[in-house]
Amino acid sequence: MSKPVIATTSLAGCFGCHMSLLDIDERILELIELVEFNKSPINDIKKLTKPIDIGIIEGGCCNSENVEVLRYFRENCKTLISFGECAIMGGLPALRNGIPVEECIKEAYLDGPTVQLNKDKVLPNDPELPIILDRVYPCHEVVKIDYYLPGCAPRADFIWEAVVALVTNNEMAVPYEVFKFD
Amino acid sequence: MSKLIKFNIDGQECMAEEGRYIVDAAKDNGVYIPTLCNIPGLKPKGSCRMCTVKVNGRLMTSCTTPVSDGMEIENHIEEIENYRKMIVELMFVSGNHFCPSCEKSGSCDLQALAYRYQMMVPRFPYTFSQKDVDGSSPLIIKDQNRCIMCKRCIRAIIDNEGRSFFTFKNRGIKLEVIMDKEMGQRMNEAEAEKAMEICPVGAILKKEKGYDVPIGQRKFDMKPIGSEIEN
Amino acid sequence: MKERIIEIIHKYHADKTRLMDIMLDIQDECQYIPEECLDILSKELVLSIADIEQTISFYHFFSQKPRGKYQVYINQSAVAYMMGQSDIIEAFEDELGITLGSVTEDGAIGIFGTADIGMNDQEPAILINKRVFTQMTPYRVRQLIDDMKAGKDVKDMAVKAPGSGKNSDPLIDAMVHSNIFRIGPLLANDYKPFDYLKDNLSKIKAESIVEELKKSNLRGRGGAGFPTGLKWDFCRKSSGHDKYVICNADEGEPGTFKDRVILTEMPELVFEGMAIAGYTIDAHYGILYLRYEYKYLETYLNDLLNRMREEHLLGENIAGISGFNFDIRIQFGAGAYVCGEESALIESMLGKRGEPRDKPPFPVEQGYLDQPTAVNNVETFAAVVKILTKGADWFKKLGTADSAGTKVLSISGDCQFPGIYEVEWGITIQDMLDMVGAKKTQAVQVGGPSGTLIGPEDFQRSICYTDLSTGGSMIIFNRDRNLLKDVVRNFMEFFIDESCGSCSTCRIMPAVMLDKLDKILHGKGVKQDIRDLEEWGTVLKASRCGLGQTAGNPIVMSIKNFRHLYNQLLNRDELKYNGFNLEEAIQESCQVVGREPVIDHGHLKNGRERPECKANGTHKPECPDLSGHKDFEHRATNL
Repeated sequence: MSKPVIATTSLAGCFGCHMSLLDIDERILELIELVEFNKSPINDIKKLTKPIDIGIIEGGCCNSENVEVLRYFRENCKTLISFGECAIMGGLPALRNGIPVEECIKEAYLDGPTVQLNKDKVLPNDPELPIILDRVYPCHEVVKIDYYLPGCAPRADFIWEAVVALVTNNEMAVPYEVFKFD
Repeated sequence: MSKLIKFNIDGQECMAEEGRYIVDAAKDNGVYIPTLCNIPGLKPKGSCRMCTVKVNGRLMTSCTTPVSDGMEIENHIEEIENYRKMIVELMFVSGNHFCPSCEKSGSCDLQALAYRYQMMVPRFPYTFSQKDVDGSSPLIIKDQNRCIMCKRCIRAIIDNEGRSFFTFKNRGIKLEVIMDKEMGQRMNEAEAEKAMEICPVGAILKKEKGYDVPIGQRKFDMKPIGSEIEN
Repeated sequence: MKERIIEIIHKYHADKTRLMDIMLDIQDECQYIPEECLDILSKELVLSIADIEQTISFYHFFSQKPRGKYQVYINQSAVAYMMGQSDIIEAFEDELGITLGSVTEDGAIGIFGTADIGMNDQEPAILINKRVFTQMTPYRVRQLIDDMKAGKDVKDMAVKAPGSGKNSDPLIDAMVHSNIFRIGPLLANDYKPFDYLKDNLSKIKAESIVEELKKSNLRGRGGAGFPTGLKWDFCRKSSGHDKYVICNADEGEPGTFKDRVILTEMPELVFEGMAIAGYTIDAHYGILYLRYEYKYLETYLNDLLNRMREEHLLGENIAGISGFNFDIRIQFGAGAYVCGEESALIESMLGKRGEPRDKPPFPVEQGYLDQPTAVNNVETFAAVVKILTKGADWFKKLGTADSAGTKVLSISGDCQFPGIYEVEWGITIQDMLDMVGAKKTQAVQVGGPSGTLIGPEDFQRSICYTDLSTGGSMIIFNRDRNLLKDVVRNFMEFFIDESCGSCSTCRIMPAVMLDKLDKILHGKGVKQDIRDLEEWGTVLKASRCGLGQTAGNPIVMSIKNFRHLYNQLLNRDELKYNGFNLEEAIQESCQVVGREPVIDHGHLKNGRERPECKANGTHKPECPDLSGHKDFEHRATNL
């Protein structure tokens, strides 16, 4: 039987969750025995090349590209996991929620401390750029999410328990000390 | 000493002094009933509804209902535990409870209850509230976005004339806890300390205090809330 | 002004439990509660300013900002909307050039929305400075505005018509109609005011009254249906140095107006009932808690109380019964539906926020001023007098086995003759609809928003405590009405506005549910949303009072009985589509930065190259030279 395929991505996140994934240390050797990695920042594979069993999403959706990537994952992953506080509740980027987008953009490009570098008062509007959303959305407000792994970042032991439980089709143990929101 | 009576919680035989509130009587018998707004020693308010139990088949708050002889209490049953989890989730989405940036994280009752109920994600949509933060007092910061309206500060932080530093304002979804501006100015160290201490979340913070306990050593880092009661 | 405020405070003996009355008087004087009053109140009453503000901010009709010399409150009930309220609002807004919720620049006229004002049978209705104007049209709005601009007294406005029944009494002088379309034993004309009090009370013992009431099976007419005899018995047996009788006339359940009609047409019956209650439970004080919306009845009712005092029907040794001392005062609310809950009503009478109390203790043990208190509905007191006059056996023959007597219904909405109908308990909904001339009925809201919404398959059910229970509100909707958008949504907004906010459940959940309903109404809902609403609503049962426990009912009941209306609106693609609309979400930022809201991240899927970067002239991406920039240097040293 072929190994389950995992893909991961980071949307509006800081890659801290991915760092935490690496914190499983030597167990990563066990992990690659259990699963096959497809697209992920860890191996730098850029595109999904086959149907995915488990998609792991770090970060919420703050721009149009985040939404597209998330939908792309949803379409191609059997199971989708929101990974970390940003994916689950918007996290740090969501501190802007409730503040009008106009105010945010102007603060960043016109009124902020580095404003003097933008002498021509250009606002980023190149068609190449992803478009900022009206607010930051938790992933499950955009597509259906199957599982959630909270934490900022989720503890490595917690991730380990979850992934192993999922690929071995067992119930997940949630040790109290590793289930944290911060 | 008043009369001892018998009652039972989820089939477990218990004894307590007559008239004791269910939540305290349960505690005496090693049964934990989760609370948020309750503070031992102060008149209960029954506002968070976390301690809801079924008494002889009816939903009652155990912090406000005294035990009586022969009472049948249902506590750890699916229906009730689901309500409690929903209440925790409601509180999370109604404010801005972004734990990673909160000074109270690790020692927060609301967060601890979410751990206890293994809240992976609230089932309700977040509201991302943007309410005012009041820093007008020289000693404390009052962040309305984290407030769960438990009324603990209103009831506990009182001046010599019996006036409360904090009160409610407005009603319903617009309800807020506000600090009396003038009284906030003359709040003393002890009152400020107590206000932060008594707040079950991070809505009242003492200025220049926070993140002083390392992760791993905070109140609820290693042991779930209520574990000190359960035998 | 300071002297005047102090005068008002001392009129109420600087008693902080009378804060409601004090503030109502201040507002009469100043049209709002000015900042400088707070200092005076705080000093005179020994309350913190925040404490006073928490009471002010609780009540809809109190304001700390000027609301205009003429304060116009437009009824926002679902029925008002059905009868053309939006045209009225539009007319006000257009003529005055302001939006609802604001005041004209000269400070003359303010227009505000308000919850049901108890005029559902004569909508659209508005209040201006406590005076009611019913059956409004845009033409009448323009007339009113002309008069207000001319500075006329509200009594002299051109929009005027004699009210029916006692509404035309000079002491009321309101263009309100009593619209009594069916009289039963309670409203019957066979009543001679105070006969029982004068002639019979001295001959009967308090215990016997309790027994007679128990035997009659009279249950509370406010909606909860607690047996009256039992309540009075508990209260009579509770110990306290004083006891109180409270008449709950805070009828705020949208769609009910029967207490207004009873208090207009037969207030004697109600006050006599209160006096009998005083005699029975040994209380010396009675208080009529009247909703602010009915302030136009104040002079009329106080005049009656004065006449009763003159005739020794109030005061000391009433009706020659030695030691039977009893008097009644009127306490006004200030706009809070939740105060209809008896313990919230008591809190409000103490000058506090109208938050319901946890029970036990019940008001019969510890109520007003912590003394035993019997709180009953207007109609209940009226029924007591008739029962004692005609006997419990007579009463029990009316109605059904479990619901004795009659019920005064307030019927409104889509029917020929909206108004007051006294019926025996047990009448079916279909009979009721035929009685009022309702055709093509889609649904009936039984018992107001906190009750239940039923469709034709339930029209053979009957109105009684064990089947369809009601405090009196019956609202009829015909097939042209959009139930979810115009009715359910309106009711949910009502509950959100009227929650006291004390319980976490009722404070937050109705708003969460309304958001979900809106998602569905906007065509963004999926099947799971319906299941969620059904499940989520259950937690409201853990709320303290009836308002909270039923605050999800408009949605829960409409899903139960009108599920097809929800299903029609659902989007089918549950996996990909979760109510999120990317096109909508990018509009705002595109506008701000000035770009076309076109999304092209196609490279992701088909692997083609990213589109070539086309700098748009002004924008030349290059690495800015940060050296010398103060902010950068500052950060660099920190690193």
